[in-house]
Amino acid sequence: MSGYTEGILILLCINAIAAMGVSLLTGFTGIFSLGHAAYMALGAYTTAILTVQHGVHWLPAILLGGVVAVAVAYFIGVPTLKLMGDYYAIASIGLGEAIRLILENWQSVTRGARGYPGIDPYTTLPVALAFFVVLAVFMFNIINSRFGRACKACRDDYIASSLLGFHTARIRVLSLMISAFYCGVSGALLGGFLSFIQPVMFDMLKSTELTAVVVFGGLGSMSGSLLGTAVITLVTELFRPISQYRMLIYGAVLVVIMVLRPEGIMGNREFVSWVKAPFRRRA
Amino acid sequence: MSAFFELSGVTKNFGGVQAVSNMTFSLEKGELAGLMGPNGAGKTTVFNLVTGVYDPDEGSILFKGDNLVPLKTYQVTARGVARTFQNLRLFQRSTVLENVMTAAQHHVPYSFIEGITHLGRWRSGEKAIRDKSMALLERVGLADRAEQAAGTLPYGHQRRLEIARALALDPELLLLDEPAAGMNAEEVTSLNVLIREIHRDFSLTTLVIEHHMDLVMEICPHIICMNFGAKIAEGTPEEIQNHPEVLKAYLGEEEDE
Repeated sequence: MSGYTEGILILLCINAIAAMGVSLLTGFTGIFSLGHAAYMALGAYTTAILTVQHGVHWLPAILLGGVVAVAVAYFIGVPTLKLMGDYYAIASIGLGEAIRLILENWQSVTRGARGYPGIDPYTTLPVALAFFVVLAVFMFNIINSRFGRACKACRDDYIASSLLGFHTARIRVLSLMISAFYCGVSGALLGGFLSFIQPVMFDMLKSTELTAVVVFGGLGSMSGSLLGTAVITLVTELFRPISQYRMLIYGAVLVVIMVLRPEGIMGNREFVSWVKAPFRRRA
Repeated sequence: MSAFFELSGVTKNFGGVQAVSNMTFSLEKGELAGLMGPNGAGKTTVFNLVTGVYDPDEGSILFKGDNLVPLKTYQVTARGVARTFQNLRLFQRSTVLENVMTAAQHHVPYSFIEGITHLGRWRSGEKAIRDKSMALLERVGLADRAEQAAGTLPYGHQRRLEIARALALDPELLLLDEPAAGMNAEEVTSLNVLIREIHRDFSLTTLVIEHHMDLVMEICPHIICMNFGAKIAEGTPEEIQNHPEVLKAYLGEEEDE
């Protein structure tokens, strides 16, 4: 396999992990976030600092990167997730930008806007693939468990779910924490893939892309989010030779999808149910 | 000894409008009672106050000796109070079965870790939730529609599904908010049978909101009638039928010059 193909596959795994996290939050819990790149940044920086400055092995460092993202998500989530609908989306922009600006200005720890170089290239294809597979299995398990149903209930009807005995505020925070873990790990892997990170990589454009991928794949479909990631990542790579038009094409693809399939590629169905559907007894 | 379920002096104002004023009534365990009144009388507001959607301005709501007023909605539900909604609040995109499973999962414990890994008690837990939900769907006559999206069910079936979903919470007190709204005569008859049967079989205390007089009269031996937020009469169907205030509320006042 050429280095280029391998690179794309690693990038696919990294993007897919982040997309799964955002998909749980946006597609399954119904909370729109436009600041999730910040959790990637937290994971990336934590892992970079731990491995480069403190000589920690990359594996626990990546997991700790995820844990730091979770901790920050908890402190952000408890007060802000009382905001409903678009209000949280707007708050999340501010929170995301705030975290990025802190990383940019906290020179002594993060080396500021010039970026953090010299990260061990620990993200090989087997590592990225292993993380992706394990996290994907966990994620599909989550949505097929009690917690997944609770998330969907909160998404579909906030009042009804609280009257069905769900502590809705806690479920929203928990969903945010899980999604932050996925994004944190994804950011940590990105750092090991590029060997270099910079606050500007985790700006609002990246956050928007994360949410766009999920909407593109279909809200409430985990496999749709994976498909969306694959399409967007490959389209972006395919048009690298004409890189000045990339954002134009990216935008055009989104517009086409919005017009042709406003519910996203998969709607709210999963691959499995698609394959099974013809065999199911019709009620 | 206090009553099983008791409202005393419950009052709720919305701005200058007194939606519920000085509401007082009590139910014994195992009663099937009706809360009736013309549209806008404040019946649904009473349910919202009981379940914690709104907090009353004054008064107390006792259930099995505990005051429900300071509790949050999910805590009220956890004490054993379940309700349905006047304007159906089903999870439209989910299947009929998933709707019931969402409510049935509270009493089948498996941990979050077991949920993520699908190990341990996950399999038996999910099976228990599914079996219980299917049994309830069977009970309300929707078992053959389990895999259909809830939003695509006919209206009358959606109402039955809401009842199944409420029952999945294993309640002791069931509050039904206009379960017959939008149903035709035939559907209302079979609904009456269903309400009476589940009331008996699940040993519930049931309070039914209804503004159709005849329906409440038929199934409820104990009726509370309210108008403009206040209780105007309480008693047996016969007593209610002949109560001057009730007749006034439903038929209007006689005009004598």
